Order: sequence, then C-alpha cells, then structure tokens
Amino acid sequence: MKMSNVSAWDRVLVARQIDRPKSSDYIENIFDDFIEFHGDRCFGDDKSIIGGIAMLKDIPVTVIGEQKGKNAKENIERNFGMPNPEGYRKALRLMKQAEKFKRPIITFIDTPGAYPGMGAEERGQGEAIARNIMEMSSLEVPIICVVIGEGSSGGALAIGVGDRIVMLENAIYSILSPEGFASILYKDSSKAKEASEKMKLTAKDLKDLGIIDEIIKEPKEGLQNNFEKVTKKLQKYLIESIKELKELGNKKMLEERYQKYRKIY
Amino acid sequence: MVIDKVKKVNEEEKNKSRNEKAADMMIGKWVKCDSCKEIIYKEDLHKNYSICPYCGKYFRLSSRRRIRQIADEGTFKEIGEDILTKDPLNFDGYLRKVNLLKEKTKISEAVKCGICEIEGEKTVLAVMDGNFLMGSMGSAVGERITLAIETAIKKKLPLVIFCVSGGARMQEGLVSLMQMAKTSAAIDKLNKAGLLYISVLTDPTTGGVTASFASLGDIILAEPKALIGFAGPRVIEQTIKKTLPEGFQSSEFLLEHGFIDKIVERKDMKETIAKLIRMHK
Repeated sequence: MKMSNVSAWDRVLVARQIDRPKSSDYIENIFDDFIEFHGDRCFGDDKSIIGGIAMLKDIPVTVIGEQKGKNAKENIERNFGMPNPEGYRKALRLMKQAEKFKRPIITFIDTPGAYPGMGAEERGQGEAIARNIMEMSSLEVPIICVVIGEGSSGGALAIGVGDRIVMLENAIYSILSPEGFASILYKDSSKAKEASEKMKLTAKDLKDLGIIDEIIKEPKEGLQNNFEKVTKKLQKYLIESIKELKELGNKKMLEERYQKYRKIY
Repeated sequence: MVIDKVKKVNEEEKNKSRNEKAADMMIGKWVKCDSCKEIIYKEDLHKNYSICPYCGKYFRLSSRRRIRQIADEGTFKEIGEDILTKDPLNFDGYLRKVNLLKEKTKISEAVKCGICEIEGEKTVLAVMDGNFLMGSMGSAVGERITLAIETAIKKKLPLVIFCVSGGARMQEGLVSLMQMAKTSAAIDKLNKAGLLYISVLTDPTTGGVTASFASLGDIILAEPKALIGFAGPRVIEQTIKKTLPEGFQSSEFLLEHGFIDKIVERKDMKETIAKLIRMHK
C-alpha cells in the first residue's frame, strides 16, 4: 500500500488488523523487566487492560495498555479490548502508585471503546472514566499516551490524558467508531467508510487540529514487518520526552498539561 | 397539593367554550403528556414545575425555565454567551442546523451559564438544554462549562451544574471528546480550591457528559426517573442482544448501585440546593 494516498478508511482497517502489534508487543519491545500487576482492589481484574512496572532503559516507569487479543480466543478473553469499569479503576490504581513512587506513566491506547454492557453500567462506567480523566489531569508525574491502533471514545480518553499524546501513523483516534458515528449522524452504520473520511480521525488530521503532539512513522513494508524500527523510535521519543518533562518541574508540567486541554475550543 | 390545584384549574378550563379551546390549541397553549396522553393546559403545566398533573411525569425543562425554577428572580447574570459553536470538521450542514436551532430555541448553545442567587446564596449556575442538539457537548459547551468552573474558582463561589445531554457532540469529532478532559481538569482545580460542586442529573444524562463533569460532583443529585448512563440503552441492547429490564439506568437504579447521593423532586430542588450550599459555608 502506498502510504501517501491512503484514505482514512484504509487506516481504520489497518488500525484494526488482528496481526497489528498490540500493547503487550510494545511493552515487550520497548521496556525491560515488565512485571504485570492485577486487579482494581474493588471488584476484579479486567483483562482488557494490562499494567505494571517496567524499566525504560534505566528509568523505572508504570506502563498501562488496552489489550486486544491476537486471535479469536484471546480476543474473547480480552473482551476485544473493551474495558469495564474495573479495568479503568485498575489503571487509576496503578497510576496513583506511580505518582507515589515518582515513576513516569506510559499508556498505550487500543480500544473500540469502553464496553457497553449491563455490568459496566451497574458498576459505573461513566464514573470510572470521569474519575480517570480528572485524576490524570493533575498526577504529579510525566504522562505520555500513545495511540497504537484504535482509539475510540471515552474508552480511549480514560487512559489518554497526559503531557504528550502520540499516535502511530496509521492509528486512528475518534469520538466514536466510524460505524457508531454513521449510525448516529447518517442513521446508517453501513456508511462508516464515508463517515471516516469526515471525522478527522487520522494522526495527521489530529496533529493539524493541535490535539496530538507527535506522529510516529510506520515502515512502508508494514508495521508488523519491521516492528523493531518503530519501537526503537518510540523508545527514543519516550526517553527524550520524560527528560524534557522532568526538566520542566512538576508545577510547570502540570500548568502546561492543563493548558494543553484548556485551549481546545 | 399542587396537583389538586391544577386539577381544579382544569375544571374551569372545561367550562370554556369549544371554540375558545380550539383557538387555544391552535396557538399552542396545550400540550399532550406522552406518558398518560392527557391534554394539559401549558400554563398549568408550567405552574406545576412542568410535571404532568395527571400522572406525575416530568417534562424536560428548557434552560430558561430551569433557571427560573432555581435562581432567585432577576438575579441570573449570564456569562460566556459570546462563546459560540465552532465547526472543526467542516461538517456538512452543521452550522446551518445550529443557526436554525438558535432561531427556534432562542438560545445560542446547549448550555446557559451564569452567576445567580439561590435563596440569597451567590452561586455559579450552569444549566444544559436538551432542546439544543440533545444537550450534546461540543467545543462551545465545553468552553462555557469550563468558564463557569473557572469563574467559581476565581470568585470562590459554589458551583451547580444541571446536566441533560446525549453525550459528546458527534459533529465536532475528537474536539468534542477533548471537552471531557478540559471540563474534568477544571473540576480538579475547583476541588483543590476547596469549593463545593453540586451536580444535578436530569433526563437524560448519558455518554461523554456522564463520563466527565456530571459524575464528578461532591454531591450528585438526580431528578426522579431520569435516564442516566454511559452507553445508551439501545447500544447496550444491541451489544448484549437482550432487552434491558425496566428501570435499568434510571435515577433509582443509580441510587441503588451507589452512584448518586439523593433523588430530589423538582419542587424541592431549589430548597435542597440552597440548604446544601449553606451547610458548606
């Protein structure tokens, strides 16, 4: 595929490919000694979000990622990367822990959205997302969010508030899936392709809108075929950004984080 | 009882001549309750807090009418009315639709914010309006709400937000989603300033508004039988391929599951809010 004239819809399809690297692949390739932690200490352990601590070269960090499956069986186990409230609460618990031990936080976003199920509503999906967004706006450690595949709706934003928002070149980030968008605005979910072209959901569109900070280029031969090239680039970006943010100091960093969202109008 | 009074007034109405009534209908003085199908004289409905005098169904309130019910007469001074809709996606027909709505509803966006007094207590009040694109939150709504929060911080005033919303506004794409972050970050600042925020959830409060400032009140109140949730009932039903039980995602359901503090009837809302504000002075 020639990347210069790829349509938004092409990117939607690429972002959703089952063999596209998942959060666990990034964690494995960018960090050393990842130790996964489980549970929200309240209800359960949501397998659609993984998280724990790891070493980014010589920096201890907290890593959190929305985890889709790599095959049908794992997808069922991971609920297709659609978290329930306990997933977001686990993420928040780990982020608070990071703040206590002054570890930078890196999140990987890859979700079709927060799970719209009965249990999710009973356990306060809206509250869980709201709380994460609010808390992340003032956690006193650097936060870098990377959209690696599909970033959809509040389910993505719930681990997506930070100092730097990065997207892989073919990742998408949108208010809702193109199908959902088309179903609401065109009353026809089969017009998803048409919708995706209007939604400004590509990395380039969102950089132009000033919502994201950086685009990580993907190799022409396909992300999965030269993954190391990308993870090296991303690793370098993470290390440099953390250094910059630490140099800013907490007060300045938090003020800039506030302004980053404050100015979006 | 207010309801009895209204019924009496309606008795008098019955004595009006047929022609008079027909004329009233023509000029839109009557409204049908979509719950019990009774025809109600609009003025009576409004005198009864916009609650159906026959079946008790809560009619949705415009922001103007809500402000009239909550703020002391003549005290509401609007802020942020110059913050207007933007069109970051250049979405076909969006601004045209907004302009038509502005004419029809006589409001300029889906939330009205201001400073007012509630039983004499100076308060920042934001009231969403379901008549304007289902109270959806685009950049102007997010900006106005944030301005309201920041005004409360600056003037050290309590904040009350009446929520009614279908969620983030689709027509503005990711810019709408980011308003969730913007408003929630401002609420965080309000919390750190030690100020009171009362969130009132009314029918319906869903999506990105539920998943941001609506759920972040120090105290969360709700009107009876309001639909409150993150995902809409239709989306859930499509996902689980089952019909939802009656009352799922109602105020009463949320109270039972621990997500709101209290259900307050409309006629008691002003008094309850004023009391809460006084207890935080």
